[in-house]
Amino acid sequence: MNWDWSVIWEYFPRLLEGAWLTLELVGLSGLFGILMAVPLALMRASTQPLLKGLAYGYIFFFRGTPLLVQIFLIYYGASQFDAVKDSFLWPILKEPYWCAIIAFTMNTSAYSAELIRGAIQAIPHGEIEVADALGMNRLTKIRRIILPRALGIVLPAYSNEFLLMLKSSALASTITLLDITGMARTIIARTYTPLEIFFAAGMMYLVMSAVLIGLFRLMELRVNRHKYISREG
Amino acid sequence: MLMDLQGFGHLLLSGALMTIQLALASLAIGLVIGLLGAAAKLSPSPFLRIPATLYTTLVRGVPELLLVLTLYYGGAQLLMWAANFFGYDEYIEVGAFAAGVAALAIAFGAYATEVFRMAMLEVPKGQWESAQSMGMSRGQTFFRIIFPQVWRLAIPGLGNLFQVLLKDTALVSVIGLNELMRQASVGSAATKHPFDFYLAAAILYLALTLLATLVTEILERLSKPELRGRRA
Repeated sequence: MNWDWSVIWEYFPRLLEGAWLTLELVGLSGLFGILMAVPLALMRASTQPLLKGLAYGYIFFFRGTPLLVQIFLIYYGASQFDAVKDSFLWPILKEPYWCAIIAFTMNTSAYSAELIRGAIQAIPHGEIEVADALGMNRLTKIRRIILPRALGIVLPAYSNEFLLMLKSSALASTITLLDITGMARTIIARTYTPLEIFFAAGMMYLVMSAVLIGLFRLMELRVNRHKYISREG
Repeated sequence: MLMDLQGFGHLLLSGALMTIQLALASLAIGLVIGLLGAAAKLSPSPFLRIPATLYTTLVRGVPELLLVLTLYYGGAQLLMWAANFFGYDEYIEVGAFAAGVAALAIAFGAYATEVFRMAMLEVPKGQWESAQSMGMSRGQTFFRIIFPQVWRLAIPGLGNLFQVLLKDTALVSVIGLNELMRQASVGSAATKHPFDFYLAAAILYLALTLLATLVTEILERLSKPELRGRRA
């Protein structure tokens, strides 16, 4: 086997461009995903059957089907309906970039909502009773007690979900986007050196996950600092 | 009409059958990799531990799609290189099914290694010692005493991994294997009704994951003697 390092160096800048798009996709979807996941989790934990059922159905669908199906449903599926094509949504839905972000956002929000719900339910009951005893109303209680406490509990599990999303973002390459994987595939179509280029792409994903793990760890140290301050001394 | 598959329904069903075959083949190989990986990770020898740790770290940090693509486009090159080493220099071709199973099994195996490793650590060390004091060999101890307990501790984790595996089979459509996702693409291209076909595929995947959950629950029940005679 002849392994060609030079092809990796030659196309490294292109792969870096792909890495930037991967980061963009994951960052935006992660942000929108959290914004959607919080209300979803609260719905899922609520006692109202309609809210609970809606959230349950949404989470069930997005966790039970492959992400690839979800991407294709949005990217190819939307064009089946003339009503969609004529609507104001079409400029967004015809762009693979936004379709990928919508699919990733919906997918990760379903997984994150379950994590957040678990965290909300793991908050010791006494703390919520104390908030009640102090006369906080529902919104204040959610804002000042439930969400900050849930954040500390959910962070380790969420960092896992975020890394899984980083890996899933490779699917953007199936709808023509040039993320790391997409870029690698176009390079290989020209150079015909699959092993070298896919190896380089894989290393990029590894480095990105290592950096993300470090960042999440720092964030956890900050959010849960009450746990790490020593009690003696 | 919400969903008219225009006579392509059987195509989707045959695709679903291929998806099941793909998932089961990868599961079987992945379980073997996972058990070997866990044994290697727990072994005292660094020559086993370090490669096993490298394997799980690398594979868990790389997208599954990248693995599928690498093994499909680069698998022949890798195999020919390995075969050359043993003095075989004919041309080797890697099909989509083989590449898909290999990639999915390698990914599943990396996660299964961790599940088995945790389960093995859960079994108290005293059980090894008491089995040995009864005169059992190491192999006997493993198969009669340790493995049944590891199995039972590992089933919930493996069930989750199987769900992930089932969904990851869709990735093999990218290299052209006629599984469920690919057949949905074929149907949608022929009829210009992509939404209907991908929705039908999604529903079939949901049915498969539900079935997998059910089987996992049954296995979990079977693995716990105290629940065995009881009806749900």
